[in-house]
Amino acid sequence: MMRILLVGNPNVGKSALFSRLTGTHIIASNYPGTTVGFTRGYLRLGEERAEVIDVPGSYTLDPSSRAEEVAVEMLKEGHRVINVVDATNLERNLNLTLQLLERQTPVIVALNMWDDTQHRGISIDVAKLEELLGVPVVPTAGITGQGIRELVRRLPEARVPKNARTYSNSDERWLRVGDIVSPVQSLSHRHHRWYEHLADASSHQVGGIFIALLALFATFWFVRFVGEGIINYVAEPLFEGLWTPVLVKLSAVLGAGGLWHDVLIGKLIGGEISYFQSFGLLSTGLYIPLAAVLPYIIAFYFVLGILEDIGYLPRLAVLMDTIMHRLGLHGFAIIPTILGFGCNVPGIMATRILESRKQRFIAATLISIAVPCAALQAMIIGLVGEQGIGYVAMVYGSLFISWIIIGLILNRAVRGFNPELLVEIPPYRLPPWRVIGGKLWLRVSGFIKEALPIVIGAVLVVNILYILGVFNAIADITAPVLTGLWGLPKETITALAVGFLRKDVAMGMLTPLALTAKQLVISSTVLAMLFPCVATFVILARELGVRDLLKAVGVMISAALVMGSLQNLVL
Amino acid sequence: MNTYQNEQLTVAQMRTGQTGTVVGVVGGPGLVRRLDALGIRPGRKVTKLSSTIFRGPVILRANSTQVAVGFGMARRILVELDRYLPRAS
Repeated sequence: MMRILLVGNPNVGKSALFSRLTGTHIIASNYPGTTVGFTRGYLRLGEERAEVIDVPGSYTLDPSSRAEEVAVEMLKEGHRVINVVDATNLERNLNLTLQLLERQTPVIVALNMWDDTQHRGISIDVAKLEELLGVPVVPTAGITGQGIRELVRRLPEARVPKNARTYSNSDERWLRVGDIVSPVQSLSHRHHRWYEHLADASSHQVGGIFIALLALFATFWFVRFVGEGIINYVAEPLFEGLWTPVLVKLSAVLGAGGLWHDVLIGKLIGGEISYFQSFGLLSTGLYIPLAAVLPYIIAFYFVLGILEDIGYLPRLAVLMDTIMHRLGLHGFAIIPTILGFGCNVPGIMATRILESRKQRFIAATLISIAVPCAALQAMIIGLVGEQGIGYVAMVYGSLFISWIIIGLILNRAVRGFNPELLVEIPPYRLPPWRVIGGKLWLRVSGFIKEALPIVIGAVLVVNILYILGVFNAIADITAPVLTGLWGLPKETITALAVGFLRKDVAMGMLTPLALTAKQLVISSTVLAMLFPCVATFVILARELGVRDLLKAVGVMISAALVMGSLQNLVL
Repeated sequence: MNTYQNEQLTVAQMRTGQTGTVVGVVGGPGLVRRLDALGIRPGRKVTKLSSTIFRGPVILRANSTQVAVGFGMARRILVELDRYLPRAS
């Protein structure tokens, strides 16, 4: 099968174009390095089916990060290259184009972000560019879909230029770029748009910090407000009104007890079904993912999508750079960290944009220890929040302190280098609502597809282990740590153990234990830090390798032991 | 003001708003290459847009893009100011 590669500089819209070409929807954002692995999709070319691969962005074919290495590796296996070029930044993008044309793979150029050129006062003579490059050039706009059909139609024309030449050094290549750009592009004056003024403000020292704090506060407030809103006005009424009556009937049919009743519906609490405590497949198993967690997932990813697409995150990276250097990272590591607040898996994947092994180790370890995913956060806000918002703040505060202290220690303890920040700051863009909505849907449906089966599986496992009495045996062994160090009842170990499957389910298991507020704070902090969930564990193993994974796990367990004990002493 | 005509300094030393022409990058081949790919190379004009407190990154405009470079890197990029202007307008 023909394999087509989408290749280009970071943040030129390859992923948006990929979605348009293949109908396979993937996450696209306004910052360099959104795509770190590769995604494949398929495209119909006449009678044939062709494979399309979205390659991570790269400035040169000389890789300087893991993501760029992936890009260069993949180039060897492509039959056609669609070189995606940012039309608003022709000069820099053409440098990579010339490098691609030096190779023997046929190329077609997609002159993307074409819709942006007009208001930026840029006009490009496409025919002339095509002539000078010696390969087809098609103006496109990945976001709106403009030019996509034309691109597909002309795909067979992709070729190795007749006048192909190689450049002995970078100076020669840049000279050639200059020779191409000057007859092709003309610029005219234009006025700043209002959001470009905002762009200047958010890069300004004092203004930047103010805007960052505002963004942080607004995000947290919005997520909580919307998350709780959906729970109180949609999820809760739906479950109570529609699902509870069904379960009550089923419970009666099953005779209010017995093995099947316990597995499907769970234990009745005071003669009634309690969605948090019953722990049956159809009660708690559905309620946790769909009613307790999903609303927060929706709210979080909505805000994240907006922050990503307007292009705020790279500016935050600049602002955070000095602090992050203390932790052995640089500012750009804030992006994987923020993604980790949704789910640790994409967060850890995104650490590939970091250049050194030391950075990737520290970033991935810190995410798995101190960055609670949205599902866990939803349960923390829901359950610990019942005791008062101050206790929620204690959990977050403890995690934040751990993040800082462990980062400081790892920076000294881990050998390797921590290169400096070097990142392109994309212009602010106003994403269409349709794009924001599409991305939100992608992530939310991804959550339902991936998390729901694991949650239900976890609830089932919990039931089986209870029936077999395994938990009691473990509880007796671990009692010294739990009661001695953390001041928790020994039964809490069941929740911590289930945390390996799903941390939201684990939080749910804390409810029947009737913990005090202090114990809730300790147990949720320890749950967040102690050990990653299975999905995160697998991705850590893949990204770090087994040896570094073991080191990371060692750090996690020691950190949780220390933090939990400190909380037990101080609170 | 003739003495200022060819004043050479590092990007870290530039003032916000000043524009200069890159004269060279003092650093290893890796750094030179990465900056080169972003269009920060001898002969190119760069404008310093902002700096961050505590020796944080410097934001430059190079061609039509904005690039944030760490303070250490900013100290390795040598520029020649176009004119001596305390504040470019």
